Amino acid sequence: MRNDPEMTLSPAEVRDLRCVAGMMVPASEEFGVPGADDAAIFADIIASIGRDFDSVRQALGALAALSSGQAFADLDETRRDMVAGAFQAQGGVVLATLTRVILQCYYRDDRVVRSLGLEPRPPFPKGHTLEQGDWSLLDPVRTRPKMWRDVPPR
Amino acid sequence: MNEMVDVLIIGSGASGAAVAWSLAETKMRILCLEQGDWMKQSDFPSNGRDWEARRFSDFDVSPNRRARPTDYPVNDQNSLMKVANFNGVGGGTILYTAHFPRMHPSDFRVRSLDGVADDWPIDYTDLEPFFTENDRMMGVSGLAGDPAYPPRQPPMPPLPLGKTGTRYAKAMNKLGWHWWPSDSTIATTEYDGRAPCINLGHCTPGCAQGAKASTDITYWPHAIRAGVELRTRCRVREITTNEHGMAAGAIYYDGDGVEQFQPAEVVILACNGIGTPRLLLNSASSRFPDGLANSSGLVGKNLMLHPWPQVRGYIDERVDGDRAPMLTLWSKEFYETDPTRDFVRGYTLQFARGTGVVNEAITSADAGLLPWGKDHHRVYRDLLYKRLQIGIACEDLPEEHNRVTLDPVLKDSSGIPAPRIDYTISENTRRMMEHGIARATEILTAAGATNHYTSRTILNSPGHLLGTARMGTDPERSVVNEWGRSHDVKNLFIVDGSIWVTSGGVNPTSTIQALALYIADSIKQRLATLFD
Repeated sequence: MRNDPEMTLSPAEVRDLRCVAGMMVPASEEFGVPGADDAAIFADIIASIGRDFDSVRQALGALAALSSGQAFADLDETRRDMVAGAFQAQGGVVLATLTRVILQCYYRDDRVVRSLGLEPRPPFPKGHTLEQGDWSLLDPVRTRPKMWRDVPPR
Repeated sequence: MNEMVDVLIIGSGASGAAVAWSLAETKMRILCLEQGDWMKQSDFPSNGRDWEARRFSDFDVSPNRRARPTDYPVNDQNSLMKVANFNGVGGGTILYTAHFPRMHPSDFRVRSLDGVADDWPIDYTDLEPFFTENDRMMGVSGLAGDPAYPPRQPPMPPLPLGKTGTRYAKAMNKLGWHWWPSDSTIATTEYDGRAPCINLGHCTPGCAQGAKASTDITYWPHAIRAGVELRTRCRVREITTNEHGMAAGAIYYDGDGVEQFQPAEVVILACNGIGTPRLLLNSASSRFPDGLANSSGLVGKNLMLHPWPQVRGYIDERVDGDRAPMLTLWSKEFYETDPTRDFVRGYTLQFARGTGVVNEAITSADAGLLPWGKDHHRVYRDLLYKRLQIGIACEDLPEEHNRVTLDPVLKDSSGIPAPRIDYTISENTRRMMEHGIARATEILTAAGATNHYTSRTILNSPGHLLGTARMGTDPERSVVNEWGRSHDVKNLFIVDGSIWVTSGGVNPTSTIQALALYIADSIKQRLATLFD
């Protein structure tokens, strides 16, 4: 995130964002993964907001508005679930942006990637292996008559 | 002042590179001005752990979101489909999927065959040798023998079927419908200095391996070796004309923001279907008050963007996902007009392999498939790498109300008026889209996919920017003639997608480049009488 003070979330906004991240993707013992409010993942989220700053702030503003004057993070669990449900029901660009900002960092965390049975690395330079497949599947198509239309002479 | 050049090309993308290379053999002094930079393979997203996220930032397909210093903004508020492009050496070929179908013979004769729009002034057979030449220069992977096309011989073998392609192929055989491995410009063998594909997966935002053909690594090295000069960070503001009504050259801002004038004997525009009409309209003068080359009033009109619905579903096994090029197969089963349908013309079905870890989460959350809370992890694991996704490349017919104009307020960072687009999807196209969505759903069902989800318009258009300076023989109904020369300005040529008369139902790069080579060849054959 830029150092411009106008492009920095307030402590209250940061707390709400962390709260909503943890609600969106909670930690799971069953799958052995942290939540999106994990310290390292959340630090990545904060550092990666970048050009989505305005939309994230709008999303947090929408949550605050639905919280009727209380900080979203301070609501009791039942009330927080209701507010989060209402926020999701509103939909729109701010919800989509907030979701993307959280998920794009969550799903690149080493622990999360490993839990999916994948190797935490960039695609290059190792790449991947792609099986050739059975080209005899194409045999019935090869025998079809021509499909393109002839055009009349000018 | 800069020294006079024989040929000034504006734009170094798909068409600009092809025309530069072809004209280089004339030994004329050729200069290309490009507003962007050279790209480096080491800068492409697939080098880093944030590779998926960068498709939403500095490698986003939308210039408005990407907002690099080399980009210009586009007001696309009045269009459901948004503009996708890239500004840099290679242009849109930096940020394309490398899907490389040709137009079909019928695409050039839609008025004669189907009674809609207009015929092109040229035919598939006119372009055929240039398709072949372009396939060789770009390095196309594919398979000969497709019954949907006249015979052709791609120079490299096709991309493997993989697990995803196999699943699609079996479904299509069950339905008895046409399919074929897609032509692509992803190298499957070593080719002209390019390394073969190693399945990085994220081909669209640049290939770190260099297997994907973009003109910065295909045409440009050859053109530069042949003597063409390519000048980057040069943003052209306008084409000027002389007292004879001929193009005199271009005014541009260099990398330091200093205004420059580049005189030229011949000017060739290769700025795509948005950039070219923008430049022509920005070149209005007392001699050409409605914009340069615009006596027909058609500059900027007939914008075509290819509406592109997508249908996806999920199967019971992990397949290729993003661990291979997105491309697999195409189907032309519904490409040609069928009088029993409620629309004319047709579409290509494009079969994608799936998507990546991050993008699966984001797009599934957007689609309402991925919940918040404790069920998130279980649901996500039922989706990851199990996606099948079919795109429907619909032919977009020309309509004059779909257009590019100059925005009265918005400007780029050099103060040059930005383009505005106004665009709606026609009723014929909407019916075509619904037909395609229904067929794609049938295919997914045949493949065993459930949990279907349809996107009728994807957020950004596929970046196919066509039709805004159309070619034709009638100066009252077209902007350039049948070999790309302006009807109004005899030393001004256009070679990009703006000269398309209709759009076909295919990704356009192959045909854009074949057309650019055809125009270059026409210029070479007429050098002595070029301005007659």
